[in-house]
Amino acid sequence: MFPQKRRTRVLAVVTASTLLALTAACSSGGGDQEANDDGTPSGELTVLTWRTDLVEDGTFDEYVEQFKAKYPEVTDVTVEGVTDYEGTVKTRMNTEDYGDVLAIPGSVTPDQLPDFFEPLGDQAEMEKEYRWLNDKSFEGKSYGIPVVGNVQGVVYNKRVWEEAGITEFPTTPQEFLDDLQAVKDKGIAVAPLYTNYKDAWALSQWEGWRGAVTANPDYVNEMTQTDTPWTEESDSGVIDGTIYDVVAQGLTEADPTTTDWEGSKRLLGVGDISAMVLGSWSIPQMQAAAEAAGADPADIAYMPTPSQVDGKFHTVAGGDYNLGINVHSKNKATARAWIDWFNHESGFSEAQVGLSPLIDGPVPAALEGFMAEVELITMNPAPEGKESLFADIDTASGIVTTDPKYRQQIIDDARSGARTKEQIFDDLNSRWAEGRADAGA
Amino acid sequence: MTTAPSGLTGPAVAAAHEPDAARPSRKVPGGVGRGSAWYRRLTPYLFLLVPVGLLLLLTYAPVVNMFWYSVTDWDGLDKTKNFVGLENYVDVFTDPDNVRVFLVSLYYVVGSFVQMALALYFATILSFKVRFKNMWKGILFFPYLINGVAIGLIFLNFLKPGGGLDTVLLNTGLESLVHQWTGDPEVANYALAAVSVWRYTGLTFVMFLGAIQSINSDIYEAASLDGANRWHEFWHIILPSIRPIVGLAFILGISGSLSVFEIPYVMTGGANGTETFVIRTVWMAFQRNTVGLASAMAVVLLVFVLVVTWLQRRIVPDEEVDLT
Repeated sequence: MFPQKRRTRVLAVVTASTLLALTAACSSGGGDQEANDDGTPSGELTVLTWRTDLVEDGTFDEYVEQFKAKYPEVTDVTVEGVTDYEGTVKTRMNTEDYGDVLAIPGSVTPDQLPDFFEPLGDQAEMEKEYRWLNDKSFEGKSYGIPVVGNVQGVVYNKRVWEEAGITEFPTTPQEFLDDLQAVKDKGIAVAPLYTNYKDAWALSQWEGWRGAVTANPDYVNEMTQTDTPWTEESDSGVIDGTIYDVVAQGLTEADPTTTDWEGSKRLLGVGDISAMVLGSWSIPQMQAAAEAAGADPADIAYMPTPSQVDGKFHTVAGGDYNLGINVHSKNKATARAWIDWFNHESGFSEAQVGLSPLIDGPVPAALEGFMAEVELITMNPAPEGKESLFADIDTASGIVTTDPKYRQQIIDDARSGARTKEQIFDDLNSRWAEGRADAGA
Repeated sequence: MTTAPSGLTGPAVAAAHEPDAARPSRKVPGGVGRGSAWYRRLTPYLFLLVPVGLLLLLTYAPVVNMFWYSVTDWDGLDKTKNFVGLENYVDVFTDPDNVRVFLVSLYYVVGSFVQMALALYFATILSFKVRFKNMWKGILFFPYLINGVAIGLIFLNFLKPGGGLDTVLLNTGLESLVHQWTGDPEVANYALAAVSVWRYTGLTFVMFLGAIQSINSDIYEAASLDGANRWHEFWHIILPSIRPIVGLAFILGISGSLSVFEIPYVMTGGANGTETFVIRTVWMAFQRNTVGLASAMAVVLLVFVLVVTWLQRRIVPDEEVDLT
């Protein structure tokens, strides 16, 4: 019972890797001097990616082949798949050695972008070609381009829902609960809705409903202006209230502490669970798991956030990870060529059943039915000078809405009945108000 | 080790191979002897250079950095670190969530007492004549050799609903005892503390066993002549002899309980009321992006452990054991 060194280990790891990376950066600095000033892509390139699965199955090898075929002067492209992408890359960014092209970690606040990434162009200019640049833009410059666009809602097993007699998308959170209850009454092996509580990040996916519930593209900005974001009608209140209700009504798995993400894909495919709240990026993974389990991948379908404004469903479309260029990169022209090639020619977004980041890009077949019924919303950027305000309040309040922890607490309370929904909302609101005061909002 | 002789002959061989022309150039008579003596005196330091260098680089430098971070508002990424004084330390003690995690440590403190009792029991039994003694020792020590993460994963499958433990209970007619071992907030901490006890009992056991075996066997003989039974031997000979080791196990138990990490982190990720101080520290640093505050928490933990150690030394002085 004594991992005595633990107290220092966390920081030791951080600093040690920093020091090691520094030395590595210094030692490799000498060989990379062949910077190309004429702008022709050439030389070596290092790409960091979070898709370790695509590195392992050879998809990236094909991308590299195609890229090198287009730019014969490029001698080598090293693709580094990074597990725990957020944590690892953030630590590496304390050095200069974090690849040439990389996905911008989510914890980088907009005002930090110029410190770490090369500007790719003026946002206004680039918006003629690309969508969803708001997230990674600061003071009129864009620092990243999303590789694929996602829509947000619920991935579900169509066959199971139809067997329970449900053919229409639920239009209110209450209807969503009733439908799940109907699925449960019909009999289901595990649960109508699976929370993936143990692999907590999945709970953060509910965040995607923000803005869609009230069809308000300014919702997140307005959160910074109120002391009570959690009410019966607000987006946050509907999202977290729905989580509380599904759990309190026993529509989720019996023991959330032992959920299993990899296993949940198969369970959805074979119909042992009927729905999960995840972004549209999850569709291809669910289909693959369904196929592997001998079920029909066509059963996997997508439904919008169960809420309508003026009789229409809405969904927030937004960029997945954004590719950016390391500001310390020695080969920026090639890095830029990689990003452009990736967005225009790699076919990545179609392969991932996502929306193309290009304005006139194609809509994938699996989403066509969904897109026909749903209106897309793109969240508005924070006003000038307040780019980091949301993150500051979020951190200062200690809630950290981007982190699943407070939702795990909601699920704990809903199961044990330790707190009512109202008590939870009151607590969240008072902490949010405190956070606003601390952050000087 | 076989390196010892070659290490001794090494410089001599090197000296013999030195070109003769080099010798007259030395100004001091007996230059060769002096040269190799100087060289030899330096050898241990050269050997020390690497481990000490690594120790400074990988342990002391980060700790010093940690003290510095703990008085800043650094988020782990920003180029500038603003000095905020003791604000982080105030936060550590005023946030009720931070204080609550210390209560979770109490489960592990209780666990460490159970662990010491078990270890002492087995160590005493196995210090007497027992059949298959070494096998039992091996079985008891084995869990400590397994990586903590692996243990977490093993017990995750063992404790999950319908897993190993539930199957055993069902097959032995003890259905009424079946619980959601990590899912029920009432039992989750007990379950995790029990896993921890399972893991570390082996180490405590080996420490106790080593101490017990260093007791002179004449004393047992003398005691048995005086008519002492096993219980008397334990109470009047074994326990007093190993008191310093018991004290050590006590410190390790308390400081270990304050800094529990791997097992609850792997098994529940700190959810469901099982969050420990270190899990919260990691969360603060990497999820909430408040590295400054997390560093302050780490410093507080360091100080706590030092204080516990110091108190223990004051209360149980490390006196010489004298059985005569």
